Amino acid sequence: MSSAEKVKDPEKEKRKIKSDKKMRDLMTAYYIEAKTPKEQTGKKIAWITSGGPVEPLHVMDIIPVYPENYGAMIGASKMGVELCEKAEAMGYSSDLCSYARADIACATVNGGPIGGLPEPDMLICCNNICGTVLKWYEVQARYYKVPLFILDTPICHTEYNPDMKRYVTTQIQEYISFLEKICGKSFDYDRMMEVGKLSVQGQKLWQEVLDTTMNRPAPMTCFDAFFHLAMIVTLRGTQTAVDFYESLLAEMKDRIAQGIGMLAEEKYRLVWDNLPVWYRLRWLSNKFAAHSACLVADTYTSGWCSSMKYLDENDFLGSLAEMYTRIFLNTGTDIMADNIVKMVEKYEADGVVFHSNRSCKPYSLGQYDIQRIIQEKVGIPTLMIEADMSDERNFSESQVETRIDAFIEMLK
Amino acid sequence: MITAGIDVGSISAKAAIIKDHELLGSCVILTGYNSRNAGRQVFDRILSELHLSESQIDKIIATGYGRNSIEFADKAVTEITCHAAGANFLNPEIRSIIDIGGQDSKAIVINDKGKVQDFSMNDKCAAGTGRFLEVMARALEVDLDAFGELSLQADNIASISSLCTVFAESEVISLIAKGEKRENIIAGIHASIGSRVMAMGKRIGITSPVMMTGGVAKNIGVVKALEEKFNTPIIVSTHAQVNGAIGAALIASTLS
Ligand code: SF4
Repeated sequence: MSSAEKVKDPEKEKRKIKSDKKMRDLMTAYYIEAKTPKEQTGKKIAWITSGGPVEPLHVMDIIPVYPENYGAMIGASKMGVELCEKAEAMGYSSDLCSYARADIACATVNGGPIGGLPEPDMLICCNNICGTVLKWYEVQARYYKVPLFILDTPICHTEYNPDMKRYVTTQIQEYISFLEKICGKSFDYDRMMEVGKLSVQGQKLWQEVLDTTMNRPAPMTCFDAFFHLAMIVTLRGTQTAVDFYESLLAEMKDRIAQGIGMLAEEKYRLVWDNLPVWYRLRWLSNKFAAHSACLVADTYTSGWCSSMKYLDENDFLGSLAEMYTRIFLNTGTDIMADNIVKMVEKYEADGVVFHSNRSCKPYSLGQYDIQRIIQEKVGIPTLMIEADMSDERNFSESQVETRIDAFIEMLK
Repeated sequence: MITAGIDVGSISAKAAIIKDHELLGSCVILTGYNSRNAGRQVFDRILSELHLSESQIDKIIATGYGRNSIEFADKAVTEITCHAAGANFLNPEIRSIIDIGGQDSKAIVINDKGKVQDFSMNDKCAAGTGRFLEVMARALEVDLDAFGELSLQADNIASISSLCTVFAESEVISLIAKGEKRENIIAGIHASIGSRVMAMGKRIGITSPVMMTGGVAKNIGVVKALEEKFNTPIIVSTHAQVNGAIGAALIASTLS
């Protein structure tokens, strides 16, 4: 090793986020508990969609497990193609979301990351993210022979009306009865208040963490957010999440105070739209970093606090319906476009990178319109790259590379 | 100052040499399986054609799909930026470019300085590219170079609706079986490329004057189909195929 390289190392060390390790440890602990035999923990397991109301599960001491988070793990560990192919051999179309394909296939094999998910005692499916989850969860309910609860949230193209409120609120009550019946105990409404407060606190902290990238240089990028997101998804409503995000926020503030940015040089600030490309995170992050382009914000990780404003901390259950119905994936193209325009302004971005995701139709459908709206409203360049979050067969490196390179050349 | 541009595409490799903003010469060879070699070969070829030695070349820029494998280049720049620079050099009036190469097609909007304003590319599928035409030529047993002229003799444009190269090939085969005239089938193939490219171009708001670059620009049938779809005349320079290399050489002259 040359001496020049040795001198370089502390520089890299300085940029590393220290909380990464803590996050990894906490997630490991979470999965260890979830995978501990139920006779030992005495806790039931619920599989739940990423946008589903998880807080009542914590109230009932049920361990929530997220097949979509698992899908991301499958993608990141590059097991997506194998599992997707398996699902296709089982008869599922290659047009089906790769999370669904990977999860359905993984249930039938001995394996996958962390040796597979713990078997569910119940399934909780909320269609505020997409229609795919309905059939996916029905398939799994049949496979595992467990009860399935479906929370149907009508799409709020622009507004949320009293009919919707009544419709979803009634279902929240049914949801609670469903849990009471399965657990054989009554729902503790006082505990709900506490969990609700923790959920709100966690979401606020997560938003504050994301807000730190308004600083120049940004103390983290969206690639870091993709990683630290797992906590707000899986442990929303717990003290663990609150404590962790408090310490992560403190670290970010400290980096800002010391002027530590994630990139050695930050020439361009960009916003990312859609899910990450899990199996190419490092490649993409290096690619953008090599151009001194910092992805300061994204629509995905902020999705878990996008409808926080509709929550009433003091009437958590009462406002739950609205908050879960109005998450951004359940809104129309205009609201989605508006969301990106606001992000561009807030984070002072120079461009927007769209990931047209073959898997996620509700996320990708309006992107060309959104692209046009952004160009009209803020007049900044945008880039569209075609890929898939977990199925590598839909990624062409040279195509994506040329587009990113050309996009940056255009920004110069 | 003498500079070189090397454009290594999926089918052919091109080189151009520029001296004081003047094109000294250019050449084209087939890429073959080794893009690194192709870059070297095409560079050696142009040097010997122009009786230049490598040491006389001040700067070199590589572009195209093989751009990162050309080790003797000073820098790699994407073909999108290079085509913009090249088109601006050949005709400063140009505001949009349609580039159809071996494995992709692009629409590019540029400003009066030859700077890219926006671009779009075909997605992973090869339909609407040079390869697509090659596959069709094989199915029809017609020399690809004859495609353009033949399509002008069509009395009816056969409809080819599939977006997939392989499926479009089977459509062509069934048209042959039905006894459809070759000229009409070729015109249909060109029209289907035209529709694809039109969608891409409309997306980024293509404006006139439009120049077509890339190897496929030699095919008059595709040019005519595009003129019809975009409802505007399309300018094709004699340097269409080497436009990317010319742009690369021009950008090389701005390197310090
Ligand atoms: S389609 Fe999109 S929202 Fe639905 S499960 Fe797949 S990735 Fe998630």
